Amino acid sequence: MKIYLPHSAFLGNIDPFLAAFDPSHKEKLEITANKNWIFVHPVVLAMVAALGLTVYRKNIKCEKIVARSGHYLERMGLFKFLDIKSGMKITEHDPSGRFVPLTQIKTSEQLTKFLTEMIPLLHLEPRHAEPIKYIISELVRNVLEHARAPQGAIVSAQYHAKNKTIRIGIVDRGSGIKSTINQSWDASNDLEAIKLALMPGVTGTTKREGGTEQNAGAGLFFIKSIAYVNRNFFMIYSGNAMYKLLKRSGAKKIMLHANPNLDRHSERNNLPYWDGTAVGVDISLDTTQEFTALLDLIRDTYSEAVKERKRNRYKRAKFI
Amino acid sequence: MVTIELFPLVGGFAENKDIARDIRRDQILPALKNGESVVLDFSGIESTTQSFVHSLISDVMREYGSDVMDKLVFKNCSETIQKIISIVVDYMQQT
Repeated sequence: MKIYLPHSAFLGNIDPFLAAFDPSHKEKLEITANKNWIFVHPVVLAMVAALGLTVYRKNIKCEKIVARSGHYLERMGLFKFLDIKSGMKITEHDPSGRFVPLTQIKTSEQLTKFLTEMIPLLHLEPRHAEPIKYIISELVRNVLEHARAPQGAIVSAQYHAKNKTIRIGIVDRGSGIKSTINQSWDASNDLEAIKLALMPGVTGTTKREGGTEQNAGAGLFFIKSIAYVNRNFFMIYSGNAMYKLLKRSGAKKIMLHANPNLDRHSERNNLPYWDGTAVGVDISLDTTQEFTALLDLIRDTYSEAVKERKRNRYKRAKFI
Repeated sequence: MVTIELFPLVGGFAENKDIARDIRRDQILPALKNGESVVLDFSGIESTTQSFVHSLISDVMREYGSDVMDKLVFKNCSETIQKIISIVVDYMQQT
């Protein structure tokens, strides 16, 4: 496998980074990087770290990072994850107020501990912390319950003071969304599977409305809704597909859609194959809507989606 | 009437679905089976997730039907928690 850390890769311009990933020869990993500047979203680092966990250390080759901003990778814990000595000499700052380093979460207890420790690191007010805890909890639990990923979830987050945005990346090298969804549904490709997973009330564990006792199939819809209402990016990459929610125009009336096709988005169905799922979310603290107001919108949209699916299953009277 | 205090079990952010399942299986369902009402006390809890609430009550509603909401009461819920519970209660009655 080959992966290149570019000059810039955030959710808005992440497509070339994903397209450049070479998933062949899974037994080895070669990491190269821009020589002048590396400025990337935490989901990018989580993807590199996750790849590193699936390859023997002796088969990881990482070129010497010479970019001036390379110390960012060191501080985010990437080289520790890859068990590589970067040779960088930096003063370790207290991470408070800036970032949550790459963290591997394999159990429910580790997730609970991570959620408790993460918010103080980011120094967030309660109204900002609420959606972020929500997003991380739901996404990581998805990995732990459905992904069948031996390495669990790799999580990282960073606060960018300049644009007051929290960027979150959660990645696994598990079975991917299509495999999970198709336990109960019949998605013909990865993109269709991602879109099904984004619809409220759709879960891979059952086709029954209301889900099972443990799964309702609402988690990803909630997260997409949080990103949409707050005018932020949200990206899911699984298999060879990517769905990216684009920023909503501020002037338009807020309207949640159960069907992800109706949201302003971009999609790809021809990317290099990613075993597992990578999710990136941005939460802009300037535009964070009250979480409770968002829940009213979710309630109405969810309810309408369930009713519509029921209507679609109605049998019609046959008149001859 | 059985009152279940959730904070000592789940902490300030109620998100652990495994614990929710245990509460449902070991406390809520046996109390209802004995004909008792159940009070779920959220005092001390700042927030929760839809997944947690689903794991806590969806199967109860499926087993006993909507009428169980006369015997299942939610106490000391913040506005956010009330709304998340309402979403789950709504969609469980629509399915």
